[in-house]
Amino acid sequence: MPAHLSARLCSLALSLFLIAFALPAFAGPFEDAVAKFANDDFSDTEEAIGVIAGSGSKLAFPIINALQNGRLMADPDSKKVYVTDADGKSIDAATGEAVASVPDSATAVRLNNRLRRSVDAALGSLTLQSPDVGTRLQAAQSVFKSHEETALEAVDAALAKEANKSVKAALGEARAAILLFKSDATEVEKLEAVATLKARGDQDALALLTGMGDQPASVTKAAASAIGSIQNSLAVWSMVQNAWYGLSLGSVLLLAAIGLAITFGVMGVINMAHGEMVMIGAYTTFVVQEVIRTRYPGLFDYSLLIAVPLAFLVAGAIGVLIERSIIRFLYGRPLETLLATWGLSLVLQQAVRTMFGPTNREVGNPSWMSGAFELGQITITYNRLWILLFTLAVFAILLAMLRYTALGLEMRAVTQNRRMAASMGIATSRVDALTFGLGSGIAGIAGVALSQIDNVSPNLGQSYIIDSFMVVVFGGVGNLWGTLVGAFTLGIANKFLEPVAGAVLGKIAILVLIILFIQKRPRGLFALKGRAVEA
Amino acid sequence: MFNKSTHDIAASFSRRGVLAATAGLMLGLASLTGAKAADDTIKVGVLHSLSGTMAISETTLKDTILFLIDEQNKKGGVLGKKLEAVVVDPASNWPLFAEKARELITKNKVSVVFGCWTSVSRKSVLPVFKELNSILFYPVQYEGEESERNVFYTGAAPNQQAIPAVDYLMKDEKVKRWVLAGTDYVYPRTTNKILEAYLKSKGVAQEDIMINYTPFGHSDWQTIVADIKKFGSAGKKTAVVSTINGDANVPFYKELGNQGIKAKDIPVVAFSVGEEELAGIDTKPLVGHLAAWNYFQSIKSPENEKFIKAWQAYTKNPKRVTNDPMEAHVIGFDMWVKAVEKVKSTDPDKVIDALPGIEAKNLTGGTSKMLPNHHITKPVFIGEIKGNGQFDVVWKTPSLVPGDAWSKELDGSKDLIGDWVGKKCGNFNTKTNKCLGSGS
Repeated sequence: MPAHLSARLCSLALSLFLIAFALPAFAGPFEDAVAKFANDDFSDTEEAIGVIAGSGSKLAFPIINALQNGRLMADPDSKKVYVTDADGKSIDAATGEAVASVPDSATAVRLNNRLRRSVDAALGSLTLQSPDVGTRLQAAQSVFKSHEETALEAVDAALAKEANKSVKAALGEARAAILLFKSDATEVEKLEAVATLKARGDQDALALLTGMGDQPASVTKAAASAIGSIQNSLAVWSMVQNAWYGLSLGSVLLLAAIGLAITFGVMGVINMAHGEMVMIGAYTTFVVQEVIRTRYPGLFDYSLLIAVPLAFLVAGAIGVLIERSIIRFLYGRPLETLLATWGLSLVLQQAVRTMFGPTNREVGNPSWMSGAFELGQITITYNRLWILLFTLAVFAILLAMLRYTALGLEMRAVTQNRRMAASMGIATSRVDALTFGLGSGIAGIAGVALSQIDNVSPNLGQSYIIDSFMVVVFGGVGNLWGTLVGAFTLGIANKFLEPVAGAVLGKIAILVLIILFIQKRPRGLFALKGRAVEA
Repeated sequence: MFNKSTHDIAASFSRRGVLAATAGLMLGLASLTGAKAADDTIKVGVLHSLSGTMAISETTLKDTILFLIDEQNKKGGVLGKKLEAVVVDPASNWPLFAEKARELITKNKVSVVFGCWTSVSRKSVLPVFKELNSILFYPVQYEGEESERNVFYTGAAPNQQAIPAVDYLMKDEKVKRWVLAGTDYVYPRTTNKILEAYLKSKGVAQEDIMINYTPFGHSDWQTIVADIKKFGSAGKKTAVVSTINGDANVPFYKELGNQGIKAKDIPVVAFSVGEEELAGIDTKPLVGHLAAWNYFQSIKSPENEKFIKAWQAYTKNPKRVTNDPMEAHVIGFDMWVKAVEKVKSTDPDKVIDALPGIEAKNLTGGTSKMLPNHHITKPVFIGEIKGNGQFDVVWKTPSLVPGDAWSKELDGSKDLIGDWVGKKCGNFNTKTNKCLGSGS
């Protein structure tokens, strides 16, 4: 619930209360319950929540709402409890009278998971008739989850008044959940409840149906058939889910490998420092976010958009530097390139470790990359979805660049036949440097995206280097489309193997399959034909 | 392998004799050559990775020892001599740990070594410490099943972390269904074996336990989190017991948060996630998930407040966090200093004999004691993750728990005890009244 709304509700409840009971403090079970919050004992707090939620007092909502938000303050010395709101106003929780200030010795009443569940349940039944649709929906869902008998009356009352269709459906499901567990509900009611849950058809419904305990024979039978049908539909959805996870893993593999497809695939440089370019991109994101956090907090949601070009420039510049200072002396000597770039990767790792420290750095998710939405019975997380789209965009841009720009043409010319290109007047060493820079820059961009799902630590690159080589070799060296198909094939194969074989065995199985495949087709899925292969 | 033939035992004894003789000889030589070099200072070896994968966790421990030495020297050192740290970098490379340990003991002549994090690094240096008869303080929670004369274990044994955490979930959260998720190496595997046996002894059925291992640095948790969600929808309260190794935790928790698994639905209790690990993530979606440790930075005690203040001043970083293995080093260091002062010597044999029974204040307001099995007594706390990356203690053991070197839950080890005071043996079988000796 938004803070301003709850604050408004608080003050509304407060004024109503003051009008209704313009009386001095009086002692009763409600006041005793409120005082229990000051004991800092989880059992006492739980008892207090129960009493207050059932008291019918106008103060019940503000108190429990404040408790959920960590704004219920209790003073252990005087045993007084205060409800504070975001604006710094506070009232005495027992009397509802406004107080000037909360004593310094007061601390927020603590919760644990068990209490958070009771708070949710209590708030659920208290807000079932809230004027806000979102709040009502949330309330109905909380009641569905806790399905406590005491809430039945409130649900029935809310159901009678409810006009909104989705809230009505949620209330109906909440009612069904309560009736299913209510010992004195009639058989007809229970059968109806089973049918409602069957229609809901998700994992929560399944959990209720499997955990309902002893029931009349007819109900048990209906439940068994409902469980069967839910499980069947969930099994189909789990295939869809695996395919989605596969696409998502494939996009991460593609993103990590795409820069390598340039430096290794197109140029033939065995670049072991590729992972470190990814890492540098991730650290660029961290630096951008740090600057934004300290100077321009309002821009946080745009931090990634700012980081993408910067990461490209930083990693690309470092790539050009590496090519000019090391790699150009090693062309045609793959073993030495491998050792030199491997050594370089260690140097870069340690440099970052010295500059930024060995521990993980926090890179936050902008709001548009947090959370998930439900599509049928599967959960799709926003960060994975955006990464998939981003990867495809990067891939398309790169492809277009190689095909339609002058630099792309020169790159292709140099890699296909260096001498011929040189005699046509192309500055081949400049093109080499730019190509390597491009590959590194794209690795840097990958780092921006990977910072959203992985640790930003000096070891970030190491975990992607093997996978990247695997994808490029499997897809066919020198072929961007091969890299795309290779990445998605490996991703999907991995995710369909994982539920069967487990994460560790699944990975091993994929490696074995690739080795076998390379034995059969040494040049990968899509082999390049022509001079480039022989060169 | 605990059932050895008598022939083997005899062989290993004579081998030990030879070893001891060589070690004695070398020690003699060492003291001859070392006498003139290190008269004015006592050298303390620090064997923690400062580069490679484990640097993320171990660098802080190196800083901790340097800090403790600094503090001790301000108080005048030990036995009237200043302490001098010798720091080496084993670079997260297990064989290099053994090499660097040998270098510390033979070349730098250190009196004691504080070091190691992973169990495999500890196993790698064990033969070196035995052969050269030196002392290692090991500060990290580990899988148990070990008690060595030359090693002092100041981190938690499974009965000081995993078992109390499971007890808490069973009693307070009424958990009936368990996911044991871990990284695929010796610590999670052994801990999960112990936990599985323990859960079954408490009447949990096989189908209510799901065990899942992932490779080091696993970053794509989508399938596993979805599996946990599915496993949790069987109508029984479900919890995840996580022995997932430090680095893989960040993507794991991110995925949990993104897929909307809240602590109030399926709580996760972790044994390898501390303040340091949480520093790398936004903890708001994780509020309510749990961790079991013997120390939390948020615990209010005069000792802890003083320590945090001094530590942040020493590192010149007012936000620098403290964590459980750091506290283990604080206790271990204090115990070593007390033992050395008690016997007025840094001679390893004397210090090893003096250490059991030594008491040191821990940072949470109690007093830890070194036991004859070279483990210590510790309190156990369950903390809930808060929005600011710290923990709120929701439960603690009523008293300090003595560490068991050998788990009581496993068939192979339930009759074994470690006792370096009375029995002079790390794996004494109480049923057969025999010491199994080295090599087990």
